[in-house]
Amino acid sequence: MSVLPTSSSQTAFYNNPQIRSVIYQVILTLALGYFFYLIVSNTLANMQSRGIQSGFAFLDSTAGFDILMSLIPYDATYTYGRTFLVGILNTILVSTISIVLATIVGFIIGVSFFSQNWLIRTLARIYVETFRNIPLLLQIFFWYFAVLSSLPGARQSLSIGEVIFLNVRGLYLPDLIAEAAAGYVYAAMAFAIVGVWLVKRWAKKRQDLTGQQFPVFPVSLAMLIVIPVLALVLTDMPFQWEFPVLRGFNYSGGITVIPELIALAISLTIYTGAFIGEAVRAGVQSVPHGQTEAARSIGLKERQIMKLIIVPQAMRVITPILNSEYQSLVKNSTLATAIGYPDLFTVFVGTTLNQTGQAIEIVFMTMAVYLLFNMIISVVMNLFNRKVALVSR
Amino acid sequence: MKLKKLLATLLFSSVGLVSYAQAGTLDDVKSKGYVSCGVSTGLAGFSQKDEKGQWSGLDVDVCRGVAAAVLGDAAKVKYKPLTAKERFTALQSGEIDVLSRNTTWTHTRDTSLGLNFAGTIYYDGTGFMVRKELGVKSALELDGAAACIQAGTSTELAIADYFRENNMKFSVVTFDTSDQTRTGFESGRCDFLTSDQSQLYALRIGLKNPAGAIVLPEVISKEPLGPVVRQGDDEWFNIVKWVVNASIEGEYQGVTSANAADLRANGNPGQKRLLGTEGDLGKKLGLDNDWAFNVISQVGNYAESFERNVGMDSPLKIARGLNAQWTDGGILYSPAMR
Repeated sequence: MSVLPTSSSQTAFYNNPQIRSVIYQVILTLALGYFFYLIVSNTLANMQSRGIQSGFAFLDSTAGFDILMSLIPYDATYTYGRTFLVGILNTILVSTISIVLATIVGFIIGVSFFSQNWLIRTLARIYVETFRNIPLLLQIFFWYFAVLSSLPGARQSLSIGEVIFLNVRGLYLPDLIAEAAAGYVYAAMAFAIVGVWLVKRWAKKRQDLTGQQFPVFPVSLAMLIVIPVLALVLTDMPFQWEFPVLRGFNYSGGITVIPELIALAISLTIYTGAFIGEAVRAGVQSVPHGQTEAARSIGLKERQIMKLIIVPQAMRVITPILNSEYQSLVKNSTLATAIGYPDLFTVFVGTTLNQTGQAIEIVFMTMAVYLLFNMIISVVMNLFNRKVALVSR
Repeated sequence: MKLKKLLATLLFSSVGLVSYAQAGTLDDVKSKGYVSCGVSTGLAGFSQKDEKGQWSGLDVDVCRGVAAAVLGDAAKVKYKPLTAKERFTALQSGEIDVLSRNTTWTHTRDTSLGLNFAGTIYYDGTGFMVRKELGVKSALELDGAAACIQAGTSTELAIADYFRENNMKFSVVTFDTSDQTRTGFESGRCDFLTSDQSQLYALRIGLKNPAGAIVLPEVISKEPLGPVVRQGDDEWFNIVKWVVNASIEGEYQGVTSANAADLRANGNPGQKRLLGTEGDLGKKLGLDNDWAFNVISQVGNYAESFERNVGMDSPLKIARGLNAQWTDGGILYSPAMR
């Protein structure tokens, strides 16, 4: 009979699985930290030995160049740091416009797949197949060079009532200059919006209690129009129109929408709209057909079924995809550099990088900004997703 | 044990991350067997590829000269087309050995990028090109106009200064390549095209209606164009600098690709020193003594290169002007070869 070796019930401390895992994690963290430290110090040492300037001091130097379009005051005497801000605002502008329009286009296309009308279904399919498969850069070039460059020159502009002008330099719209009493009109608009929200709440409560429907949409529309108009009349129209006027080479005054912005917004909208359309189709298909049948059996119209029953349940599937598509759109907006729209990439990584030569700092700052935008989109969409997620029945 | 393996791999990989000493570019080029040259994406007269894939131009000739001097054969060059935005990073990172891409020599570029400018091969300036039908005769009439500019060039700064000095307003439309600026100009997106004057002449040829565009007389900035190399490599810097000087000195001494072989044997002392039969100027650069002979016989002297690429033998038809020898009314002046 062999004698079993006496062993204590405790294993050695380094064989304990929990302590082992802690040791591994500590080693891995130290190794990663060491790795990053090596990379950064290697880069800085190499840059120094090659005589390349580093540091962020360049952000305070005068830029010396002009930017085509800026939402904040800017000219060549401002600093490079200011060009960073101008670029960020331009990127936010084109991304926001494109996200809103792409969502609208995407939902229309997605819902069209389920129309009773064969032509609409086929057109939706053709739309998605075409615009999903052509590279975005080609689409941007198409809209910019082919379409917009076939517009007439400044002196032969197309115009609507001599007030709105369209030519190869852009779309010129009249601007509204607010005078002192305009504050009352803004207050009236805010009041109207609050009023609409209150009406909606009251109408819903009334429907829950008595089952009677209230025509919320027409009443809200009336409120939104009548109340501000009343304020305008009572304060004697405290707004001045500023019309674009042809002076010398071009129109000045009014609001100018540059063709680069138009081309970029159109191409991003159409391209991303195709993907969102497919996502909406996936979402609508994911809703069990029993829901549609039940809705039909209680006498709802097709449009009501889609709006009240199907789409709210489809949002569970659509929202995560929308999250990715919006982030994709923001990143795709950097293709603005191909047509000269002054977004963050073009202005900062393009011109500023070339004038200062500080590639590493500039690219790092730009990457951080896009990462921040996409994380904001992700957080907002995830909150929305949580709100929309239904408990499985 | 898995833990030991992990530790060992980490240790060995971190050793490899230590920065390596920079080998001299001359040795690199000799062992590679070719010169890696950064050029433009296509600019007539300076660096352009023809239908057969052959590169030619003033900038290309600098690279061919360097290859002829170092490797004895002007054809041993690999060309890398670069946009204005990527050109300096490519040179800084070691992707190319020399940047010959109509690059303007400025203070900031010389000091803060870790680069050295190895001389000037073309004295240029920023100019304006407008459509004839606008009836504009001088740049001072361009208040409120829109400009087409290539992004990331010294032109952007020069234009901003000029318009500010003269209290004029303008708007700027930037494009990535000079070809796109031409498309923008033709479509009417902007009123005038602005760039180095040599580029304007090159771009005008490519217009659908070259006669419909005029180059205005004003030259508003100094744009000395020349090759660029990395800092910290004095040997290579000297070589590129003196290849440029050899070409200019060749014209001054009357040495051409046709008579170089003859003058090597029977020339005057100045010519013999340049072509290597007397003195050892080549050895002092770390090259063979027939370095300049190879440059001039295979690429030609400055005058031949100029006339062939941008002068009267080319579609651009640019006059020598400032780019003539100092004895001919220009400012080209090479230090003595002795």
